[in-house]
Amino acid sequence: MSQRHTPLHEFHLAHQARMVPFAGWDMPVQYDTGIKAEHLATRNSAGLFDVSHMAQITLDGETADRMLERITPTDLSLVAEGTMRYSVFLNETGGVLDDLIISRLDGRLRLVVNAGRAEHDIAFLNANLDSDTLMSVKDDCALLALQGPQAETVLASLGANLSGLYFMQLCHAQIAGIDCMVMRSGYTGEDGFEISLAAKDATELAETLASHDAVTLAGLGARDTLRIEAGLPLWGHELDETITPVDAGLTFAISKRRRERRDFPGADIIMKAIEAGASRHLTGILPDGQRPVRDGAILELDGQTVGHISSGGFSPSLDRPAALGFVDSTISKDGQQLVAAAGGRSIEVTTAALPLVPHRYARPPK
Amino acid sequence: MIYYTKDHEWIEIDGDTGTVGISPHAIEQLGDIVFIELPEQDSDVSQGDGVAVFESVKAASDIYSPVSGTITEVNDPLADDLSSITADNAKQSWLFKIRLNNAGELDSLMDEAAYNELIAD
Repeated sequence: MSQRHTPLHEFHLAHQARMVPFAGWDMPVQYDTGIKAEHLATRNSAGLFDVSHMAQITLDGETADRMLERITPTDLSLVAEGTMRYSVFLNETGGVLDDLIISRLDGRLRLVVNAGRAEHDIAFLNANLDSDTLMSVKDDCALLALQGPQAETVLASLGANLSGLYFMQLCHAQIAGIDCMVMRSGYTGEDGFEISLAAKDATELAETLASHDAVTLAGLGARDTLRIEAGLPLWGHELDETITPVDAGLTFAISKRRRERRDFPGADIIMKAIEAGASRHLTGILPDGQRPVRDGAILELDGQTVGHISSGGFSPSLDRPAALGFVDSTISKDGQQLVAAAGGRSIEVTTAALPLVPHRYARPPK
Repeated sequence: MIYYTKDHEWIEIDGDTGTVGISPHAIEQLGDIVFIELPEQDSDVSQGDGVAVFESVKAASDIYSPVSGTITEVNDPLADDLSSITADNAKQSWLFKIRLNNAGELDSLMDEAAYNELIAD
């Protein structure tokens, strides 16, 4: 099956990216720099990622808010103009169909959903649309993520002063003279921006950003190691139809008003988990030695299964293997010794509080 | 004489013993290597057995023995110097030496020209 190309496909090839198929797209897993160096450059300065494979969707219509409240646990009145919130599409058993960002700009709701779930999500939204709500999938837009402590400075040097824009806020801005929609958000745990712009302008902006001394091109490999350190979930690993937001440590995504009204899909199950505690929880996992543990390994305590690894690999920032996993709620999320078993091999591991590397978001002053 | 497998191992033959490693192409494809497991010295292995593991940031890759025989020497220092495993350094980054017990198995492997054709695709 042929893979879809983002507007930056030629850019990636010109920058010696190693391309891999991902969720139906031909995407850069790394550039010549390599995953570790791309990861560390993002933590220390700024990394530029192409995330155009994620679907950008707009909803127009007076009933769009109500429609989203029928399928998410978000209080849409909290999504004020120029702000964004993390949310989840829920099924009737409180499982997560996908996670997403909901934002509002120019009075219009905008969603960003996972590439691997875009087809599902678009059909799901269509099935829930009221007749007066118009949905549009922005196939003519690219999405870049500039992440890291130098991201704000880099954009300022290109004429976009974003010092007044805080974490989970968005605005229009011109970057190097190009019209963009800029969100202060990301998937790395660092301060940074996600930049939506017309596909026709994407290569010009990417080249301008890439030529900045502070910026390193980074691929999906570094995106994954960064989000694992930050304890951020990936659908299909930390989230799926059988995992509730409470299991995955995402109780914050269930708005107060929605909890009080218990009026979202799976509310009975989710509220029970919030009030009485979930049967399992997500935690960081640090292997004791140098050998990584991978997705699917079983976690055991005294020979009994107590959980599993949901994402595993190597943490360049900690310079040691690191993973995420679900464990029974009786197991401490910090400092509990366990054994990860896979393929007849056992690796000693210890649970560790999330995030494994502290978040450094640009939060508004109190 | 050097031979290659379709799984990107090489074996260089000297008398009845071969030195085994992975190709520059494989090293490039693996990316940053963060852990390796090497075979036990004196162990007997069959052609195609998984004898070593390379763990990169993203995935674990099994390394298969190109031939049957007895492992006579293991390049243990390599496990403590993973950054030395580079495509330019593939020969120095050998993994183990093996005494062949069936030299006829070499006929099932590729020569350098055939291997280069394989990876050119």
